[in-house]
Order: sequence, then C-alpha cells, then structure tokens
Amino acid sequence: MLRVLYFIVSYIFWLLMTLSLEWDRLAAGAVVCLLTTMIFGKTSIQKHKLLQPQRYCWAAYYVFLLLWECLKANLDVAYRVLHPAMPIHPGIVKVRTSLKSDLARTSLANSITMTPGTLSVDVTDDGYLYIHWINVKTQDVEEASQKIVVVFEKILKRIFE
Amino acid sequence: MNDYIGLVFIFIGVLFELFGCIGLLRLPDMYNRLQAATKCVTLGTCGIMFGIFLMQGFNEIGVKALVAVPLIFITSPTAAHALARGAHIAGVRLWQKSVCDRYEDDKKHMGKEKPAP
Repeated sequence: MLRVLYFIVSYIFWLLMTLSLEWDRLAAGAVVCLLTTMIFGKTSIQKHKLLQPQRYCWAAYYVFLLLWECLKANLDVAYRVLHPAMPIHPGIVKVRTSLKSDLARTSLANSITMTPGTLSVDVTDDGYLYIHWINVKTQDVEEASQKIVVVFEKILKRIFE
Repeated sequence: MNDYIGLVFIFIGVLFELFGCIGLLRLPDMYNRLQAATKCVTLGTCGIMFGIFLMQGFNEIGVKALVAVPLIFITSPTAAHALARGAHIAGVRLWQKSVCDRYEDDKKHMGKEKPAP
C-alpha cells in the first residue's frame, strides 16, 4: 500500500521534471518510478502517522526555521571567512540525541549541517552524534547538546515520533 | 517586476557562492573547508535556482529550477556528511590548532576503528 503512495509521489516528481505529456516520456517515467519504488520501497514508516495533520504543520514550520538557520549560517561563514584574523576554534565534539527513528536522525544530522558553524561527521547506534564545530564553546556532551541539538530535536520529535 | 526580484536572488546567490569559494581557499583544513563549501554553496545555488524560477515563471525551465532547490537542499548536507566521515576514517588530520577531537578519542578507546575503504 505504501509503495503505491511512493509511486504516485515519484511520478508527480517525474512529471514536474519533464513537464510534458508526450506518451513516450510518460511511459519512460512509469518504468523509472516503478523500478525506484521496487528498489527503495522498504522504509519503515508507520501508516497512521501519515494521516495526522499536525505533523505536516510542524514540518512546514520546520522548513522555515531551517531556512532561517541556513541564512544565519551563511552570514556566519561569510563573517569568519572575510575577517582578516579568521576567528575559528575548530574541533569535533560529541552530542547526544533522544530521537529513535532513522528518518528523524537523518533529518537531525542534515539540519545540524545547515546550522551556523556545525557539520555532522558520524552517528552511532546508541544515539550519539559527532559534530565538527568551527567555534568550539564547550566540550561537555550535555552542554553541547543543549546548544546544538535541542532546538531541532523538539520539533523533529513532533514530526516523526 | 519579477525579473528584478529574480535578479536580486541571483545576485545574492552568486555573492554567497563567492564567500564559499573564499572560504575554500582561506580556511585551514578539510573539515573547515567542507563547512564553508556546504553552507554557502547550498544557499548560493538555491538562490540562483529560485531567481531563475522567478524570471522564467511556470514554464519548462522555471519549474525544473524550482524542483532542483529541495533536491540540492537535501543532498548537499548528506554529501558533506559522507565526505567528512570518509575523510576521518581514512585518517585525514584536523588542523593543528583544533581544540578537541572526541571522534578520534572514542575510536581509540572503543576499538571501533574501521579499516580505510
């Protein structure tokens, strides 16, 4: 059942990419989408979560938050790069997350990469992330988690869990 | 009118791309450079794409540019993550003046060192 949904979504995506209704393109799209759905269709989303509208509202809010953080991150990089003395104190810190599902952790890692001065390096199975921080303020796991992770974690929990 | 707003977006995009390139040249090690490259180039490219969409409207070019924005936004951090992790596992050192490297410490202590690919 979920695979049908995936097929429809990917087919809409194909239609947007090609933006034509000639039969050969439609057929090629159907073949490609079918293959994609067959290969990558094994994700573990619980169906009842797809039908809860508040999750989509939080997701919409999350997109705007992420765009804002991304803009701040760019200005931050611009400041550090253009400053003659280059004020950087780089290092890799360890933070903890309470998110459980793979999708949520992936989103968290991607979001952390888009926020000012941080870049996720690795994720462990027991919920720790290694973050490259361009301006290390604390090496403590809890404090660093407060500074980097918590902002996104609260919302991602509402979206995915 | 849309043309001018589109041009502003393209200008901002190119400006951020420029910052990213300066960062790529000035910052000391692989990980710092990756930071500049990921953030600035992602927003820069998205800005340019969105500008193209505003200038072209809903035709073949504009819609493709608009669809490319979320794609870049999702794939770019993922690629950066893969590069950083691969580099660390392959043994690329951090800058000498780096403050700490908890990843290296943990790899040593827990015997989790994986062989270089």
